[in-house]
Parts: sequence; C-alpha cells; structure tokens
Amino acid sequence: MHDFHYHRASSLADALKALAAAKDGRLLAGGMTLLPTVKQRLASPSDLVDLAGLTELRGIRAENGGLGVGAMTTHAEVAHSPDVRKTIPVLAALAESIGDPQVRNRGTIGGSIANNDPAADYPAAVLGLDATVVTNKRKIKADDFFKGLFETALGEDEIVTAVHFPRPEKAAYVKFPSPASRYALVGVLVAKTAGGVRVAVTGAGACVFRVKEMEEALAKSFTADAVKGIKIPSKGLNSDLHGGADYRAHLISVLAGRAVTACG
Amino acid sequence: MPTVSMTVNGKAVSAEVEARTLLVQFLRDKLSLTGTHVGCDTSQCGACVVHVDGKSVKSCTMLAAQAEGAKVATIEGLANGTEMHPMQAAFKEHHGLQCGFCTPGMVMSALDLVKHNPSPSEHDVREWLEGNICRCTGYHNIVKAITAGAAAMRR
Amino acid sequence: MADTGIGASVRRKEDFRFLTGRGTYTDDINRPNQAHAYFLRSPHAHAKIKSIDVAAAKKAPGVVSILTGADIVADKVGSLICGWVVKDKQGNPHKAPAHPPLAKDTVRYVGDHVAVVIAETLPQARDAAELIKVDYQVLPAVVDPARALDPGAAQVHAEAPKNLCYDWEIGDKAATEAAFKSAHHVTKLDLINNRLIPNAMEPRAAIGEYDPAYESYTCYSTSQNPHVLRLILCAFVLGVPEHKMRVVAPDVGGGFGSKIYCYAEETVCTWAARKVGRPVKWTAERGESFLSDAHGRDHVTHAELAMDKDGKFLGLKVDTIANMGSYLSTFATCVPTYLYATLLAGQYTTPAIYCEVKAVFTTTAPVDAYRGAGRPEAAYLIERLVETAARELKIDPAELRRRNFIKPHQFPYQTPVALQYDSGNYERTLDEALKLIDYKGFPARKAESAKRGKLRGIGLSAYVEACGIAPSAVVGSLGAGVGLWESGHIRFDPTGSVRIFTGSHSHGQGHETTNAQIVSDLLGVPIDKIEVVHGDTDRVPFGMGTYGSRSAAVGGSAIFKAADKIIAKGKKIAAHLLEAAEQDIEHAHGVFKVKGTDKQKTIGEIAFAAYVPHNYPAGLEPGLDETAFYDPANFTYPAGVHIGEVEIDRDTGVVTVVNWAAVDDFGTVINPMVVEGQVHGGIAQGIGQALLENAVYDKETGQLLTGSFMDYCMPRADDLPSFKIGMTHTPCPHNPLGVKGCGEAGAIAAPPALMNAVTDALGVRHMEMPASPARVWQVLQKTAKAAE
Repeated sequence: MHDFHYHRASSLADALKALAAAKDGRLLAGGMTLLPTVKQRLASPSDLVDLAGLTELRGIRAENGGLGVGAMTTHAEVAHSPDVRKTIPVLAALAESIGDPQVRNRGTIGGSIANNDPAADYPAAVLGLDATVVTNKRKIKADDFFKGLFETALGEDEIVTAVHFPRPEKAAYVKFPSPASRYALVGVLVAKTAGGVRVAVTGAGACVFRVKEMEEALAKSFTADAVKGIKIPSKGLNSDLHGGADYRAHLISVLAGRAVTACG
Repeated sequence: MPTVSMTVNGKAVSAEVEARTLLVQFLRDKLSLTGTHVGCDTSQCGACVVHVDGKSVKSCTMLAAQAEGAKVATIEGLANGTEMHPMQAAFKEHHGLQCGFCTPGMVMSALDLVKHNPSPSEHDVREWLEGNICRCTGYHNIVKAITAGAAAMRR
Repeated sequence: MADTGIGASVRRKEDFRFLTGRGTYTDDINRPNQAHAYFLRSPHAHAKIKSIDVAAAKKAPGVVSILTGADIVADKVGSLICGWVVKDKQGNPHKAPAHPPLAKDTVRYVGDHVAVVIAETLPQARDAAELIKVDYQVLPAVVDPARALDPGAAQVHAEAPKNLCYDWEIGDKAATEAAFKSAHHVTKLDLINNRLIPNAMEPRAAIGEYDPAYESYTCYSTSQNPHVLRLILCAFVLGVPEHKMRVVAPDVGGGFGSKIYCYAEETVCTWAARKVGRPVKWTAERGESFLSDAHGRDHVTHAELAMDKDGKFLGLKVDTIANMGSYLSTFATCVPTYLYATLLAGQYTTPAIYCEVKAVFTTTAPVDAYRGAGRPEAAYLIERLVETAARELKIDPAELRRRNFIKPHQFPYQTPVALQYDSGNYERTLDEALKLIDYKGFPARKAESAKRGKLRGIGLSAYVEACGIAPSAVVGSLGAGVGLWESGHIRFDPTGSVRIFTGSHSHGQGHETTNAQIVSDLLGVPIDKIEVVHGDTDRVPFGMGTYGSRSAAVGGSAIFKAADKIIAKGKKIAAHLLEAAEQDIEHAHGVFKVKGTDKQKTIGEIAFAAYVPHNYPAGLEPGLDETAFYDPANFTYPAGVHIGEVEIDRDTGVVTVVNWAAVDDFGTVINPMVVEGQVHGGIAQGIGQALLENAVYDKETGQLLTGSFMDYCMPRADDLPSFKIGMTHTPCPHNPLGVKGCGEAGAIAAPPALMNAVTDALGVRHMEMPASPARVWQVLQKTAKAAE
C-alpha cells in the first residue's frame, strides 16, 4: 500500500477536523474492507482517521423498546451481547454469520453500513428491521440510507455514530454464502415489524433492496408457501463465477421461504 | 515516522514505523517474531492470526498503529520453555500439522474458540475455522487436535 | 524398537519448532544488507512490448536497480528449461520455445515477468514499479486448450505452429480398433479435468546472494528439490559452475508440485545479487502466487470404453488435449504423457489401449505437475467411464470393477501402456472399502435422506498410481533429463548420535521423523539421538528431491542401503572386538552378536571404536559414515478404493460430503499416523477439485478471474467431513522397505469418487467439475425440465 498519514481521533470533532484537513482522507473503523483495499492499492487515501478511540461510539443500549448499537461496536460484540440476543435475536445471529471470527472481532457495524458492500450482511438487517442510522448530523431512515453500489446517503463530513433497531415481532436472516469468499451470494432477512412485513435482500443486487411482492404476500399469509412461489426477475441482479443472476433470483425465493420458516 | 508502542508476549516494545506498517510486519520485521506468517493478501487464510487484547485478529489486516497500547500475544509466547501449551501439545499428539505454515494461526484461532466455547463439538470447530485455511491436513486432524486441546485445557 | 521403529505412529520430531513459531521458512530469513525485489508483471495475457521506460522509476526513493529483458539478453542469461523431452508421433522432440526469466519483447500471460525493481525496502520497490512506463501492443489471447488448435486462434509462439507443442501417442491403435469392432457395448464420455491452482500456504520466496571472495552464489528458495534447482540454475540458466552455487531450501510450507520448478523469480534474484552486490530478497504475495505458480491439470478428453456382454473391458480409446500454458515449465511435458497415459489401464485387465495427446500452448500461466500429476487425470477418466458403463449395463459398479480387476496371481502384470505393475490385491481393498462405508446400508440411507427432501448418491473410485518414478535408465530413454535415484547418508558421531542426510526434501511430509524411524529401527538408535538433514546442497549429497510420492520408496530405500553398509562395517568391527569371525556375527537392531553366544557389542560401542580405533581391525578405514545411492528397479504401484457419499439440497444445489471411506494399499507403512495425514490432505485436495476449485481465465482478455481466495474456492474445514481410513498392505517386492508411496493417493482417488456420487444422486450421466452449487442447480433445472 502507499503510505498515508494516520490519525487516532480523540473525539468526533477531532475526527471531522482531521478528515477536513486531509487531501483524500478516509475514516478507519474496523478496517476489514478498507485495509485490504488499500493494501492492494485499489485505494490510496492520503490520510486514515481511526475512530477506535471514540468510546462514545461503542456499546449497545436499550432504546424505546429496541436497541441502539454504537457505530464502532464489533460484530462479535453484537453477536455475544445478551441484550441483543434477548431483544433482537436475529441481529445477534446475523452478526455471528459475518465473515470469520477474526473479522467479527474487528469489523464494526458503522464501517459495514457506511461501506455498503453489495454482499455485506448488515445492510439486510438495517433495511429489513426498519432501523434508523444516526450520524453526527441527523437521523436517516434505512429506506433512505442505502443508495446504490457502495453508495449511501452519507455526506462527506458525516460520520455514522449509531444504528437504532426497533424490536421486530419476529425476524430471521438466512444467508447463502458464496463458496469462495463466504460473503453473501444472497442473504434474505424477513421481519414482521410494527410497520408491516419487510423482506430485505443482500448479495443479489448492486445494493440491498426490499421485495415488495413478498412483503405483500407475507402480510396476507405469513407462511413459507406464500413466498416460495414468487419468482424474482433476474434482470439487473448480480452475476459472477459462483452464481448467475437466474441462480440468485431463485435463491431469493428459497431463502425467503426458509427465513419465514425460521421465524417460527 | 510515527512511533508505536505495545506489549508483545508480556514485553513492552516500541519502534518507529511507517504509518502503513501492518501489525504482522511489525512483529516479523521489527521484533523478529517470525512465527506469525502471511499466506494471503485478502484477509482469508488466517496464517497471521494473533491475539490483540485477548481477541484473535488477523495481523495482516490491522495497522501496527491500531495496536498502539494493546496487549499482543503471538505463537512464540505460548510455550513455557520446552513445555508446550496444552493446545500446542494436542496438535503434536494428533498430527494436526504438516508443513507448519498455517499452524501458528490455527493454534491462536483455536485458543480464542476455547475462550468462547470450552467444549467445542467437531461441528463448532469446523465452523470456527472459517478464517483459517490449511492445504495439507484436510482439517481432519486439526479438528481432532482442537477438540482434544480444549479438553486438556478444561482439566 | 517397536515404539520408534518402522510401523509405529511416532509423534513428529519437527513439530516442536513449528508449533512454537520457530520454523525457518525462506521469508523468515534476512541477510545482512539485503535489498528487496518486486516484479513488474504483465497486465495483459498477450502483448508485444514496444518500449519500457524506467527513467522515472530509477529516481524513486530507495531504488537500487531496475532490470529488464534487455539486461537478460546483455548478460546472456539462459532460458528456463523444460527438463523432459517428449517425442511426437513422428519421433520429433516437442516444440521448446524460449522462456526468458524476464520477457524480451513479448509477454504471454497475465503475470509474466516484465521487469524487476530492487530497492532498499519492499514498499519502495513496489512504489517505484508503478513509475515504470511500458508501452504494450495488445495481442489476442487464447486460454481454452480446446480452442488453441483452432484455425485463427492467437499464436503464442512462432516456433509452435497452431500452438501445438507435441502430438503424442501410446498403445496399439490397430488392436484397440479391433477390440472396439468386436464390442457388445461402448461407453463414451467427454470430460474436462479442470484447471487448478496449487496454493501451498507458504507463498514462494527466494533470496539470492553472491560472495565475491569465493565467486560463489547462494540461493535460498522455497524448493522441493534444491539440487535439481541448482543443476538447472548452473548448467542451463546462469552458466555458473555447480560448486560455486549453494541452494538452500529451508522449512518449506507445502509444495504439492508447485515448488519443484525453476522459476523466473529465484533465477532473477540470484543473477541480480551479483549485479547489485547485495543479497536480493523476494517473497510472493498470494496474488502473485495465483498468477505465476505453475497451475495443474487442464485437460479436455474424449474417451471410449469397449466391453463384451458381461461387462469385461476389451479396449480403451482416449484422445486428450492438454494445456501447457504459455511456456513449458520444468517437467510440464511428461505430465500428460508418461505420468498420465501410462496409467490408463487402471486396476483392470483391459487388453488394448490407445491414447493420443496433443499438448498446446495458450496465453495462460505455465501448467505442470500438481499433486498426482497426470495420474488424477487418468483415474478421473477411467473411473468416470467405468461408473458410467456400470450404469449403462445395469451392473453394480463394485461388481463391474471386480469382474475386470487384475487378480493377485497376475502380478507382476504388464499393462498395454508400458508399465509393469509390481504387486497388489485390488479385490481386498475394494472389500475393505465397501465394509468401511457400509455399502449394503446405502439404500436405507438414501431413503432416509429422501424423507428429508435430500438427494443422496454414492460413488466409487478404484485407482492405481505409479510412484517413485524410476529406474533412471528407463526414464532417460523416455526423455527425462535427470536420473531418478536418491541419495542417503548416515553419519554416526563418536558418542553414538546420528545424522541422516537425504536428498529428498520435507515440506510437510514428516521426513524428519519417518527417515529417523528407519534408522532407529535398523540400527537400534534411540530416535531422539537422530537428526535428519535435508534441503541444503552444501550439506547433503546430490539428491533429486521430493515429488511423485518418491521420498520413502526411493529416498527411504537409499537410507536403508546406507544402513546396510553401516551394518556390514559394524560386523567387521564387532568381529574384531569380540574376537570372532566376521561371518559368525549376526546383527539385529543395532546389536552385533556372536552367533550362539551372549557375546555382543552395541552400535554405540561400534561407533566409538570406529572413531577411537585403538583396538581395531587392521586395514579397515576408521569412521562410521556411509552413503548410498539407490536407483529403483521399477516404479511402485500403490492402489486403493475410495468411496464417497453425498447429499444434495434440491433447492440450492449444495452438495454435502456426508461419508467418505478410503482404503489404500501403500505396501509397508513406516508411520501410520503420518500416512493417514497424507491421505486426509490428498482427499481434501481431491474433493476440492471436484466440488470447489476451478481456475478460470476470461476467454476474451485472458485475465485470471480467480486470482485470490475471494474467487478461487479453497476447501475449508466446514466443507469437509472427517474421513474413514483403512489400509491393506501388499509390500512392494522390489525395494528393501516394501513401501509404495502415499502422498498423492487422495488427490487421485477422490475426484472420480465424488463425481460418481454426485451424478448418482442427480441421476445424470455426467457433469463437469467442480460440482458447485450453481452448476448443480443448473443440472437440477435441466432434469426437472426434461421430466416435464
């Protein structure tokens, strides 16, 4: 990798200052995507601003019946949190399915959703559970947060500080990992929430998306059979060595059915 | 060049490094702790696994600077002289290594598993090892070694 | 001796250093004042280099030197050679285009070596490499071996018209045609043996060093055969006398064939070390390993099996196109010929076999031996054919194999494709394997799976392999440029400790333990008083290295022969000390005894007397230090049966390996624990090929699409089950240990067993490897449509 300036931010304000002063600065959370990218010289930031020192961005709090998860909370912390396991077990299970144990020990929810990798797991949780992304500037509803391939609603001087997850009535996430990378070839989160049934799909498209047809079908009958038969058009879906668009489309129906079954 | 300081295997260490220096490069090049290996550049093989503040991490996907002030444990710190840690001994007893290259990462990863799950099943071990690739053993004996090592650590 | 001798599962001597992080791999070595090399590689599969501008790069911080193909030409550095000359149908040698260590005017695969930047630090070298401007004229790529011979395909080398390296044949064509004419049934298959990337966990690395005081070079390299590397570097590439070159292959983190060869990188580091006057170190990043390590397999084959009405095999016809890649790697040419087509009899009495092989050049990385090397390709096609034939004839696949097995009384057995099998008992391994997997219980297990909505299948594979390739005179007559013997040297110290020096090389196989067991057993030396030395041309007698499962059969036998010499000398010394006639001395496990008495001397006492010869036989040389070179009379022929059982999820296409039984006959086994470990690893690589791994190049651009672990699917712990391992023992009759070799068995046996199981579960005739979820799902879609 090219060399860069490294800053360990002592506060949000400090981080924003360092970022603003940098020619081409990037925020460093867990670094699980950013560092491999920089190592392979696919990105060459002038500055990395490390958020690890910001203890206020860490931790899990009960909030309005749901949970607030600090942006710098690691996947392992979410997976092992008794609060998460009790209040929103699907979130703990999803976090436990991300990457491998070492990735889970370093990777963070804030880093994951800000990066918005099309095959990442957390976007499915945020969108599927109708979460709200909290930044240093505002609150962004999940439906407005994920914009496209590696693209979010975040502004240049905006840092994710936490994600608020309302408690779903029931929810499950089923992931089909790509055989080589183990990222989601397709992952489907199905949730019965206060605002209705939500079906969020990751891995299959350029960005996490909801499947309205399945949501409507499940609203009428929350059974696996209700979604199994729904054929998703393969147009626009991802295609790679490990699965074509038609396979991904098929998997969405299969995994949605399995997720509904897993909801109990 | 920035200076980084940390504790490695109980010893305080400090060195000047470029900001881009990875933790694994710091261990290997600055401290000559060459037991931690690099087997890939995409953070998948796990030959570089060490513990940072008690948690297993891939030292090829962490800057040395990010370990500032941390307690780092590497494979070199496990044995007590010629007496191996029970997990190391189990790898030897059950032939859980062949070329030895992935082995340090396997052992360090296994120890983190046992911390979470003192009695892992074969299934648990196989799942846990997602981030550790071995090309020699077919994992058969690694799985045996880790379950036996965990049992020995319970005693 | 039983606890540390031949046959004991001795825990490995090498493990302590590996487990405590104290192994010494090449990248762990740092030489004083060393500089670091980074190779600028071709981003194109095929291009003319119009110009290279290094001016800006040379000025970059830390740069010591930048070398290109022009420097290779100026210094008259030779071509990387292929050490096996295969003659085509007309008796002409294969086409052997030049393979310069740095490209002269053309690059022929993505990753080909364009320039080397040597700098104070590796990051500086890499930074500077980005400043090199190369003007390429991009040419068309050709990656698929089946397309390489097409008119209009891109031409890789002017010296090889139509990209043909050789068109080779073996067997009796007329007899085979006649057999097909008389056949009751013919089974035909088209199959692809998918291209693989070896991926030893330790990436390749090298340090070149030059000592002007002695005008002598040292090359540290991740090599499986340091002497062969030295020979090639000295005699063919760099033009250095062999006594002025030391090659050290320290701890090596796996090889699987990929570290046999003489590569551009160690050549350039060694050459450059003298030019820049400093040690030059290079370590591959994994991405470089993917691009530039020799790949494996990549065959396209049409095969036909003729049978009579009882399913007795009458003839086998095989037509194969084998991909050599862009240049010929060190032993590339022998893999799809002498290591492949000579194995086409398998375990069967097929009387007539004819095989044609066309080797072709493509704009891909060189292809050479990878675990099994030719034998997996042979076993795959035979065992897929046999299984398919059984289904077509509605004969149980185990029974069809049994009907055609070479019977124990038929050994030594001359096949129609040159080899003479030494020994074996194929029915016994089959019976054991059927028992181990509970073959009879399969229908019940299948029914149980069906209840859970899963498809279950079972598949057999009965393989034979040829290990310890030899004797030298025969392989020489077939085109090998080297002998295939091995050296063994046993050196006693005055106080009775022993060092064994072997020309074979251990990179995971446990030789430091198993070779010590041989000596511990034969000479009665406690195993902790024995050290095995390998991997250093300055310490070890010339040897041929480790590949083709040869180390025990050939290297171990050399050590056995050296022990014989120790015993012979020991008898003379003992006779003198015991005041007896030499012919009255009998020896067992390090004890020299006067027959019929209790008078005896131990090997320790003999060693002491040999080095402190105060009371010593007149005229006998002092010292106890013997070397033997062992050139086998034949290959060895391990064989076995593997049976795999899979379950398939109809909805997703996921194949789960639920049961695996392997029964192998490796002859005498020195260390069962180590041998089982070799089998496990081989099976994992074989299942990897069948289920997960596939090297894919883009057909248009020639870019490697599977260039990292993100895209190339390596077997992980949760992809595999635990294996059921059994063994039978038919000792090899022609080597003193009776050993046959075990390193490649699993990689040979597993792919056909697995694909037979997958096709059985799916109810289809054939599908190509790897049986990835997406591909299996596609097959399921097709069969569902066909059923409609």
